[in-house]
Amino acid sequence: MNCAECEILLHALLDGELDAGHARDVESHAAACAACAEKLKSLRAMRQAMTGADLKGVAPAELRRRIEAALPPALPRSAPPRRQLQPSRRAFFGGVAVGGALSAALAASIVLTVFRGDQEATVADEVVSAHLRSLQAGHLMDVETSDQHTVKPWFNGKVDVAPPVIDLTAQSFTLLGGRLDYIDGEPVAAVVYQRRKHVINLFVAQRLGAAGAAVTARTIKGYNVRHWSEQGLDFWAVSDLAADELDEFVGKVSAALRPAGSS
Amino acid sequence: MTGDGNAEQDKARRFRDAALPYLDDVFALARYLMRNAPDAEDAVQECYLRALRHFDSYRGPAMKPWLLAILRNVCNAEFARRGRLDVGADDAETEQTAEQQPMWQEAQASPEAGLLRRHDDETIRRLIAALPQPFRETIVLREVNDLSYQEIAAVAGVPVGTVMSRLARARAMLRSAWNAAEGSTAGATP
Repeated sequence: MNCAECEILLHALLDGELDAGHARDVESHAAACAACAEKLKSLRAMRQAMTGADLKGVAPAELRRRIEAALPPALPRSAPPRRQLQPSRRAFFGGVAVGGALSAALAASIVLTVFRGDQEATVADEVVSAHLRSLQAGHLMDVETSDQHTVKPWFNGKVDVAPPVIDLTAQSFTLLGGRLDYIDGEPVAAVVYQRRKHVINLFVAQRLGAAGAAVTARTIKGYNVRHWSEQGLDFWAVSDLAADELDEFVGKVSAALRPAGSS
Repeated sequence: MTGDGNAEQDKARRFRDAALPYLDDVFALARYLMRNAPDAEDAVQECYLRALRHFDSYRGPAMKPWLLAILRNVCNAEFARRGRLDVGADDAETEQTAEQQPMWQEAQASPEAGLLRRHDDETIRRLIAALPQPFRETIVLREVNDLSYQEIAAVAGVPVGTVMSRLARARAMLRSAWNAAEGSTAGATP
């Protein structure tokens, strides 16, 4: 790699847009080239100063009120409980941060949102719809990489939680990438896996109420759907994989989510 | 499951839940594009009205870039209406000239390339707001709205390669304006 190539890629490195191979190339070039190392350092310093500054600000309350007022009147259910739960979701993922124990290999999407227990059937339908949408050309992934350390940071700032991105390559479920999706109107993170030609969507959500629940199986429009919860999260896996293979996937994800040493 | 009578309310609820969490992001971009608060508020309100109108046809991929793309169109339409050149030929020329210049020559020429002046938040916001388009929107979408390159490309309607070169140029310009500006002692927080 020469300095001209490195110049542009330094920014991509800084922005977390490089795959592991290119990131290594840039870093090793910068390690050997004082000029590029200096640029990287300078860029990082400015990035750090910008990250520390409040550049976004807050929209005026009056503006929010005006926009709300322009909407048709809302049904009173739902919204407030979700907002309250965001800090705990963050805390959960910050604390557990589902480490590198898992390896990547499902054609699946993981979607994180708040699924309310009282509308499980509706959510199941939405999950299958999201899966079907994802299969349309160009809709499967927003970030395409088999590197879990690229997928996970990609979700930063896009969803309220850091989704667990699990490497299941060793189990022959290949991590394809991730995307944003919407379930029940909530932005959610989708991590996409593949086994052979079969795409698996795994949706993960904040669980309201009960701490854990066993796996429930459904078949909707010919797609196998598995729903379970643990560690305060809801998981939905959707695929056209055979039922036993999807169960295997669920088992691997579930095992990987459990912190080592605990039950 | 929802009765016909509730359809509008249900849509409004889904829209509210999906779109309102990004109000701060939308407003921030509007501030940097319009460069003043009253114009920004008008643009944001128009953006949300348009978004609601098109919400039925919304298929993703993500709400935030979708809203920001609408906002950007609203702002550009407003500038076009005023007959201003903020997003027009002026900046196209700037971009062309800028992209022919080697990046980072300022930093290399400076003995303190690795050192960064301290600025308060207001000064940093002002420095960003002073950048010419399209570099301003590119760096704001990246640093303030936290979009990926691909999302920025979609919002701005340009290839990812263009996003990368604009971002590199934007940072070079910001970096040189940054150290040219007075340090934190001069800047008073409003």
